[in-house]
This record gives sequence, C-alpha cells and structure tokens, in this order.
Amino acid sequence: MKDASAHGPLVLGIETSCDETGVGIVRGHTLLADAVASSVEEHARFGGVVPEVASRAHLEAMVPTIERACETAGIKLNDIDAVAVTSGPGLAGALLVGVGAAKALAWGLGKPIYGVNHLAAHVAVDQLEHGPLPEPCLAMLVSGGHSSLLKVTDVTVGVDPLGATIDDAAGEAFDKVARLLGLGFPGGPHIDRTAASGNSIAIDFPRGLTSRRDLERHRYDFSFSGLKTAVARWVEAKQRAGEPIDVADVAASFQEAVCDVLTRKAVDAALSHGIEDILIGGGVAANTRLRAMATERAEAKGIRVRVPRPGLCTDNGAMVAALGAELVARGRTPSALDLPADSSQPITTVVA
Amino acid sequence: MLLAFDTATPLVTVALHDGNEVIAEQVSDRPMKHGESLAPLIDAVTRQAGLVRQDLTAIAVGAGPGPFTGLRVGLVTARTLALALEIPVYAVCTLDVLAVEAYDTGAVEGDFLVATDARRKEVYIASYRDGVRTDGPAVLKPAVAASDLPVVGEGALLYPDSFPRPVGPARPSAGWLARVVTEERAELLDPEPLYLRRPDAVAPPAPKRVS
Ligand SMILES: [Zn+2]
Repeated sequence: MKDASAHGPLVLGIETSCDETGVGIVRGHTLLADAVASSVEEHARFGGVVPEVASRAHLEAMVPTIERACETAGIKLNDIDAVAVTSGPGLAGALLVGVGAAKALAWGLGKPIYGVNHLAAHVAVDQLEHGPLPEPCLAMLVSGGHSSLLKVTDVTVGVDPLGATIDDAAGEAFDKVARLLGLGFPGGPHIDRTAASGNSIAIDFPRGLTSRRDLERHRYDFSFSGLKTAVARWVEAKQRAGEPIDVADVAASFQEAVCDVLTRKAVDAALSHGIEDILIGGGVAANTRLRAMATERAEAKGIRVRVPRPGLCTDNGAMVAALGAELVARGRTPSALDLPADSSQPITTVVA
Repeated sequence: MLLAFDTATPLVTVALHDGNEVIAEQVSDRPMKHGESLAPLIDAVTRQAGLVRQDLTAIAVGAGPGPFTGLRVGLVTARTLALALEIPVYAVCTLDVLAVEAYDTGAVEGDFLVATDARRKEVYIASYRDGVRTDGPAVLKPAVAASDLPVVGEGALLYPDSFPRPVGPARPSAGWLARVVTEERAELLDPEPLYLRRPDAVAPPAPKRVS
C-alpha cells in the first residue's frame, strides 16, 4: 500500500432519494469524491420538490455525475470494489433512477451491490469526518424528509428507532415558515440567516409534544405541525391588526422552538439510554443554532456531540458510499440484482 | 454482440443479437416492475447465450414513448451500462420497433399507424409508410386520432371504436429492437426519453408578502 489513504474498500455510492443526484467515492473512511447535481432550482417555484421533475433531472445528471466523481477521485470505474445505492426511503420514481444506475454499474463491472437505507447512510457519513462511530451512539436525523432519534449500535446491522415526527419533518416546517415569511426555498438556510439578527425570545411559540401528558406517550417523538400553524396565526393576527412584523424576530423565535425541542429530546434519549455520544445528521443539522444549542446542552450533561460539516449533512452520494464501505469492511451480505426501490424502507432494514 | 432492451411498456423485454440473428430473448412476467426485472433479465439472457458481460459490444434501448418510470429505468440502465463497459448505446423510438416488426412479418403494407397505451385515456401514436415513420410520435385522445388505417400495437386493442383495424404485434419485443438497430431500419437516436408530456406540477399561489 502506498499511503494511509489506501486502506479500506473503494466504494462508489449513489443517492437519488429526493432532488439531489449524488455520487460519492470513498476508500474506507476516506472521502475521495462527493459530486452532487441538484435540481432544487427547478422546484423552487413550486415551493417543494416535484417528484416527476426530480426523476427527470436524476436521469440527465446520472452519468455526468458519476464521471465527475471518478475524475475528482482520480480513479477508474474498474477500480471500485463495490457499488452502494440508496434503495429507500424516498421518492419512488427518484429512487428507481439511482437503483437502476447502480445495478447497471455493479453488473457491468462485475462487483457487488448494496441497496442501503438512506437514514443509516446519514449516520455512517460522519465516519468520513470524525473516524469510527462510537458504539452505541444516539443519532438525531433532521431534514426536510425525516426527524428521527435512533439508537445505533452497529450501523451495518440495525438501527433502533426511539422516536420520530408524528406529522411534519423539521425541515418541512422550516420550508413552510420561510414561505409564510416571504423567504426563499429551501427554507432552512434562509431562516438561519434571517434569525441571526432576530430575538429568539421575542415570541413564545409552542414546543410540540413536551407537555407532561404528551411525554408519557411521545417521549422521543416530535410534532412540528402545531408550531407551523402557531407561526401562521401569529403572522395573520399582526397583519389583521395592521401592525408591522419583525421577520427576523419571528424567524429566530420559530427556530428557537424547533431547536429547543430537538435538543431537549435528544439529550433526554441519550441520558436515559446511557449513551455518551450524540450524532446529528440531515440537512437541518447545518443549522447554526441547532449545532450550538445541542453542543451546549449535551456537554452540560457530559455527552459528546458530533456533527459532520454542512456539506456532508445534506443528501449526497458520499454518505451512501461511506455506509457501503462499512458494509464491505464488516463482511455484510450484498443485495440481489432484483433489489427493489422501496419508498418506505424501514430504518430497521439497513441493507435491502 | 448487441444487448437490446425495451422498458416502454408494462413489461420488460431483453434480447441479444450476434450480428446475424437474435440468439436469446426473454420477457418479464410481472407488469410495472421495470426496476426489479431489467438487471436480472440482462444477466439471464447473457447466461442463456453462454456469454459474459465483456462480450457485449453495443447496447440498444427503446426510447419510448411509454410510462415514465419504466422508461427511465431502461435509459439510465443503458447509459450507465454503456459507461461501465465502454461501449456505445443506440436508442430507437419504441413505436418504430413495432412498425418494423409488423411490416417485415407481412402484417401490414403501405400506410398504417402504430398506437400504444399512454394511459389517462390517450394513446402514443405515429404514422408509417412501408415500415418507415412519416409523422409523430404524438400523444392524443383516441377519438382525435381515429383512423380506418390498419393500426399496430396495444392502442388499437384498447380503443376499437377509434381504431377498427387492429393488426400485428401488440407490444414491442427486444428481438425486433435488436434487428432494427443492427440493420439500421429506423432512425438511431441519442438515449433520451421521449416523454411527450410535461411533468404534472402546478405552482402554488404566491403567499402575501410579510412586511
Ligand atoms: Zn436525507
């Protein structure tokens, strides 16, 4: 072996569960390429991802993105040891494009294919930045499509769901509130930026599923639908009264409410399960307030927090490749060539 | 050795052509399972012919029109497999494949139409003379496209009131796709999907701007 980076299996990962066409290449825990083509701008005017538009964009972007990833990594397709692909959960038609491409690559190169769970990939990606995952760790995944608390003992075998949103995903709430405030899509970065100059305690928005009664049944679950409605009502009331609205204050107070619930429940889950490491992933993990609040609250309880850099938190192929490399390294069984795309693949199924 | 497949109808069809003739052909048995069926069928026909992937020298794919998700499975497979094997890929309008089969087998002569199921009570339709496309493809209501000409393809069977003269094959076969490409019997296209329809998407009304 030439150098330290030459350790571990060389895996190409494909991600098409939503609107990003991602192709990543890793060797073991080392990231070699993370090529992403996004169709987000085509969806912006619809205020959300349009599945057919996303699927069409995936087909167009697939081969150029694979080529770009290989070029960046300085490898030839023939060099890779395995192909990994998100087989679910996600948009059915979008997943199918990625799964189809991955099968063609795997068969064409004579290499194994791993159809992997998107959420488990969000967990595994942190290895590219911070090394081997602590086992167990408490993963909090927050994005436009998911909000989950997971107990991860071995990311290649099983992920134990502790709680999830019972209505909107956290990122969805960011999108809807951003739209309400006349900010752009996707809402997360816009709210984050706008909130920076606002007062986070200006408005006391509700914290979903935190009352004593709710906690009995939904201790680790989330609800953001009521919060979104509360923001809408507050804005409408001000408009009706003809009073000016401080958008920055609304954004900051909304963001505070989301982050408060997320971090409170994550720390509670870690403490009650005796877990000393919290890992945050998904697009909302890029939120600056969430990172700061989680770190502060966890450290106060002696819990470490790991958050991959923002580029690795959003959907990408590197996270799929990272999980694929771990599956190969731990000798897990690959998927069959009739692997389906499963839009509702459960988190307990890491490899389909 | 040409690998040919079409995913522009509910069933997946895969064939191998050695330059002289079709040497293997298989059709999926589960409708609308393009994603699951295609790769195993490619593997199966290759094994059936006693070949390995390195024996393939070109790929032929049906470009539709047809159900979008199936179409994309075929096209992304063709493009990516071509990349992996470093071989060229040729696409053909799926309706042309039906036309050539109907013409070469003597089911039609002179002027005829090919119509396939576009769902939503519409057909994908094109006009042919002696097996060569002269107009289309388009997506139309059967009543609008109604004709007394012979009509090849499933569309004629689905809408007998509009197309009273059904003839020839109902669905395209990869074997005929392979012949069309090998003998250049139709226009060879880039592997781009013939969607013929825009995505269904409506922009929501803009919210009132907050001061
Ligand atoms: Zn995600």
